Amino acid sequence: MSQWIGNDQKLPQGRLTFAQWAIVGITAFLLLGFWKLQINDSKHYGQLAERNRIRSIPIIAPRGQILDREKRVIVDNYPSFSVLLLREDPKLLAEGLPQVAEGLGIPLEEIQQQIEASKIIPKFQPIQIKPEASQADIAFIESHRADLPLLELLMVHRRRYPSDGFLAHAIGYVGEVSEKQIEASGGKLRPGDFVGKSGLERQYNEMLMGTDGMRRVVVNSVGKELERLEHVEAQPGQRIQLTIDYDLQVVAEAAMAGQKGAVVALDPRTGDVLAMVSRPAPDPNAFAVRIPVEQWKQLNEDPDRPLLDRAIQAQLAPGSVFKIVMSTAMLESKAIPENFSVFCPGYGIFYGRMFKCHVFGKGGHGQVELHKGVVQSCDVFFYNVGMRLGIDRISYYAYQLGLGRRTGIDLPGEMEGLVPSEEWKQRVFNQKWYPGETISVAVGQGATIVTPLQLARTIGGIALGGVFKQPHLLYDSKNVKEETFPLTEHTTEMVTQAMFGVVNEGGTASASRLQGIEFCGKTGTAQLISGEGLKKAGSQRQFKDNAWFVGYAPRRNPEIVVAVLVEHGLHGSTAAAPVARDIIKAYYDKKSARDKQQYTVEYKRYELSDSPDLALAKTAAAPAEVSPKTTLPAPQHSKGASAQR
Amino acid sequence: MREGIRFRDFDWALLLIVLAICGLGIVEIYSATRAMPPGSNLAGLHWQQLWWVLIGIACMLALSRLDYHAVLDQAPLLYLLGLAGLAMVLLIGESKFGSRSWIKVSGHTLQVSELVKLIIIVVLARFFSEVRTDRLSLLDLGKAGVLTGLPVGLILLQPDFGTAVMFLPIAAMGAFLAGIQWKHVVAFVLIAALLIPVGWYFLKPYQKERINTFLRPEENLRGAGYQTQQAKIAVGSGGVWGKGIGKGTQNQGGFIPVRWSDFILAALAEETGFAGVLVTLLLYAGLLLRLVQNAQWAKDRSGMYIVMGVAAVLGVHIFVNVGMMIGYVPVTGIPLPLMSYGGSSTLFVFMALGMVMNVRMRRFVN
Repeated sequence: MSQWIGNDQKLPQGRLTFAQWAIVGITAFLLLGFWKLQINDSKHYGQLAERNRIRSIPIIAPRGQILDREKRVIVDNYPSFSVLLLREDPKLLAEGLPQVAEGLGIPLEEIQQQIEASKIIPKFQPIQIKPEASQADIAFIESHRADLPLLELLMVHRRRYPSDGFLAHAIGYVGEVSEKQIEASGGKLRPGDFVGKSGLERQYNEMLMGTDGMRRVVVNSVGKELERLEHVEAQPGQRIQLTIDYDLQVVAEAAMAGQKGAVVALDPRTGDVLAMVSRPAPDPNAFAVRIPVEQWKQLNEDPDRPLLDRAIQAQLAPGSVFKIVMSTAMLESKAIPENFSVFCPGYGIFYGRMFKCHVFGKGGHGQVELHKGVVQSCDVFFYNVGMRLGIDRISYYAYQLGLGRRTGIDLPGEMEGLVPSEEWKQRVFNQKWYPGETISVAVGQGATIVTPLQLARTIGGIALGGVFKQPHLLYDSKNVKEETFPLTEHTTEMVTQAMFGVVNEGGTASASRLQGIEFCGKTGTAQLISGEGLKKAGSQRQFKDNAWFVGYAPRRNPEIVVAVLVEHGLHGSTAAAPVARDIIKAYYDKKSARDKQQYTVEYKRYELSDSPDLALAKTAAAPAEVSPKTTLPAPQHSKGASAQR
Repeated sequence: MREGIRFRDFDWALLLIVLAICGLGIVEIYSATRAMPPGSNLAGLHWQQLWWVLIGIACMLALSRLDYHAVLDQAPLLYLLGLAGLAMVLLIGESKFGSRSWIKVSGHTLQVSELVKLIIIVVLARFFSEVRTDRLSLLDLGKAGVLTGLPVGLILLQPDFGTAVMFLPIAAMGAFLAGIQWKHVVAFVLIAALLIPVGWYFLKPYQKERINTFLRPEENLRGAGYQTQQAKIAVGSGGVWGKGIGKGTQNQGGFIPVRWSDFILAALAEETGFAGVLVTLLLYAGLLLRLVQNAQWAKDRSGMYIVMGVAAVLGVHIFVNVGMMIGYVPVTGIPLPLMSYGGSSTLFVFMALGMVMNVRMRRFVN
């Protein structure tokens, strides 16, 4: 053969030995590495392996339903599936995406854009590509689980609210929990949870929310479920029953349709809120998933302020409704004889300034005492009462009768209103109280501001002889607070007689008289006072007058009191009183039907299976027969009609 | 001359070690793929691997019969055949895993570069034994570089960076044994250091990602770092005794990437724990040490070069792959010899061992 044979050059034994040591050394080094992982850090990696393998999937607890006082469902849930896209396997993703797009009916580019937009989210977190899956989508996903392991369904419960803003402010809405709320909850809330953001949803969030369940499953690397370890059912949230009477609420909503204002109907004996309306109202269903920023901004910037719950947050001058407080103060304080009377020529001069009566320019009320002063709403009479009582006495009684402080209703965000006093002016403006201001306050103008809810509670309480129940929306409210400011029988009798006269003796609300019902009340017309407008109060009239009416029935020991505010409604008699009348009529119609055992609770009025549009049609159609347009009598036949206050 | 070759000179100890390793591999391949549905192309992989091992043993026996001197005689021809084969693969080969390096032989795809690796071992063995010096000159070093560089260049064109890199240990081992001068080593290291930034531009994006991941693993836990992290979790969670064959959650749940092939040791480490790893690594160390011993006993330098070339390739494969499992080495597509599933790599190892047997069996022959 060749030169290879017998090559006698010595082998480099030293280098070969070196190679042997290198092998031993590297092996030892690698074994040390394994030692570190498998013996030193074995616990840590064991945990990581478990975390890999076991996935905890929350089972979302449905929120409790919200029912009316007769257990009719007002707010319910509907199950909804979100479609999630798993992105862990890029190859699978690239191959399966066209099929996904076709199956779900989403353009491929749109899904790709969503994937691109979610790049910063860790790959193991699925992204939502369709918030509400259709039946066809669900069928598609279920049938392709094996060959297209890219899609997952997440069951969620979405809130279904009544449409058209029905009871919207009182109910409130839910939304994704904020970071602040998570911190405040002390570990109870997790990111992504839905909680009440306003109204009753927020007030009774803990009752409504329930406890989420959990499913612990063994999964493989592509998230396929291999084995079930643990299954904790979700505890659904509690149902809450409201004091709201669905039938009255429907009437109230219909009466206020298209208006700006609020209605509060209370049972003054218990504090039950029977109806509560604030208009304009947003559609809370729009918030139930996630409201677009644009829409939210628009709602916030709307000059009509649809997000304001006017029933508890509108703080406005009460106008002549305040005269009931004045009358009570006059009689209770005994600072003025009860047969006190003045002559009204249509105006009065106080402290060198002329104050007009609302009939100014069309004559006057003539000789006026308390009863006529209330019935005809004579300003001159109450200017004189105010001057004689003085601001501090007025302020004391107004406060005792429930104004200038929160009623304590079970809703977040209630405003407290304001009852001015010498002390208040000194504290806030660092100015002396001018006696002339008392004259304005006496007829419910000036710095006095109230909410519709406050007025309802105050008037109802006076008619009850000085018993003020804390208004509440929860039917099973325990420990309903009761304030008493006992009025003498004589005072109660005189004031309620006067309010009876307003409706039934040719007074300012005589157009709203109801046959066979002791419907009483007081009208009011007042200018809107905004926060910064406070200082200018009494000197500028740049807004159309607000219309007020607070009515109740029967005259003594009333069962229902209704406060109505129609912003820019001009006259309490024409704009607000008919709304109260409709509600009180509905209340009595229902009561008499029940007495004759003709009434059955209509559970099915609000169909949950209906689409929201259908429900809207029903809500709108139901109260047609009591719509104010069809039953509003012409106000002209009344004596003081042209000059009603 | 042939009458001196006796079957009892066969390296039975080496064969025993090799079979033990193959056995571990087949068991673990079974465990890693047992959850696969019957239709999957991964189902029954352990049977296929058993066949490859049996074919490999046959190849080994056949190669051990052939006198390595005769093979060395034909080195130039083999070299040209090897280059031609690589060129052919570039033209008509099949693409798999993104590189054109496979050729179809009776229904199986084979990697030609594995066979060329064997040829280069022979070619360099002949080259270095011709040099006949203990002080390797720069010129000879250059020649060795060109001999290695040509096939490496062709393989880089496929492109298969991982396989190409595996040619370097053969040349390096040869140069080391032939007496490379320290100044040359230093010069090479310096030049390599300077070339790293240049080379960076020629790397594919996925290769850059792998290196970045290796340097900063915590930054990329879901990309390339995912594989290393999952392998480490598998290894670490195995503990001392492991979770039991077929019971590793990382393995059975499919969290370990290509657990039947490149990452098979991670699967083994999870299911048999440190005890299993210790046995495995000692087997591999025994294999390598036995190879070096065979080199020491070789009749001549050419035999030693062949044996050490094989040892170099196997050693680098083993150590790089094992290092990958514990995050010491970036993820490269390098299988664990004799354990990872794979026909071409198994056949190569057995043929290389056949060459080693060949050298050993002729150590007493004059």
